[in-house]
Amino acid sequence: MRQILTPIVLVLLGAILWQAIPFSAPADISEIGRRFVEFGVADNRAANIVTSVIVNYRGLDTLGEVSVLFLSVTGAVFVLRRREGLTLAKPTPSSELVATGARLLFGPILLFGAYIFAHGHLTPGGGFQGGAIVASSVLLLLLADRDRALAHNALGWIESMSGFLYVVVGMVGIAIAGSFLSNKGILPLGLWNDLFSAGLIPIIYVLVGLKVGSELASLIDAMMHSGEPETEVGGTQA
Amino acid sequence: MIEPTALYTLTGALLILIGFAAIMLKRNLIKMMLGFVMVEAGVHLLIICFGYIPGRTAPIINAPDLLTDVAAMTAVPQQFVDPVVQAIVLTAIVIAVGVTALMLAYVVRLYGVHKTLDVGRYVSLKW
Repeated sequence: MRQILTPIVLVLLGAILWQAIPFSAPADISEIGRRFVEFGVADNRAANIVTSVIVNYRGLDTLGEVSVLFLSVTGAVFVLRRREGLTLAKPTPSSELVATGARLLFGPILLFGAYIFAHGHLTPGGGFQGGAIVASSVLLLLLADRDRALAHNALGWIESMSGFLYVVVGMVGIAIAGSFLSNKGILPLGLWNDLFSAGLIPIIYVLVGLKVGSELASLIDAMMHSGEPETEVGGTQA
Repeated sequence: MIEPTALYTLTGALLILIGFAAIMLKRNLIKMMLGFVMVEAGVHLLIICFGYIPGRTAPIINAPDLLTDVAAMTAVPQQFVDPVVQAIVLTAIVIAVGVTALMLAYVVRLYGVHKTLDVGRYVSLKW
């Protein structure tokens, strides 16, 4: 039954995609994109227009997105923390090379992540990418030493405080400029292409980076420390 | 000669189809999850292609004259691709990571309960 239905569904889906997708490049960018590019620097002084769109023009959507990430990570950690039915395998200790390399590289990778989210308004990058890099440094540390316990309280505090401050920054916008997450007249916009420029954008992106980094770090920790089945994962092959 | 934009778009559509084929045909939960990831990747590629115009650069303004001319800070939009779709895809990628992690967590739990990854053997909801 499945073998008959699948090609039919795929052909129908392919036909829909073939009809819906314009296979040639658009003549020009959309009207709203054109306005963002044209006035982005004048409004926000951020060289990276994508950052300008994410943090300022669509800042409320980004707050919602951060909440979605928080919810999915919370769900995953909640599901992974319950351990009944799982048999824990004894992890193989990592080699001396991995352990030493991880200790050497942890600091630089963490610093690189911080650099990425602090420069989100100037270069390609930002809070989400920098947060992922910060979490990857934690992953390296946990790969080298499986028994290392992360400071869950500190991670939780960083995560909730950065989320809380994101909303507070938005409220400041309501109080001073009259709209949530506004960037007008709260901090001096500074000069284009300076690190301390673009008003609130670097502050919000640093908060997003801290939040994403701590969330993904606790997710990695939950995945590493939930029970791994003793037998090889595979089941019956399809 | 097929133009590059059409090639990227076709790749995105193909990834979506391959992903759906994996979801429907595979019985192993990990492979079904990889199908979801492929659909996500295809959708991201498609959305990026909708705003891509050949010959234009990423919307990161790099004009040295802006350093001196602070008063008239408007950029020429003719040299950049659409920033809106890029912002949307950046959002979508992050959500996709969270959803993938959630799916993997459920796969781990299901394996713990049923001791198999084969969806055909999860009979508790069949009638």
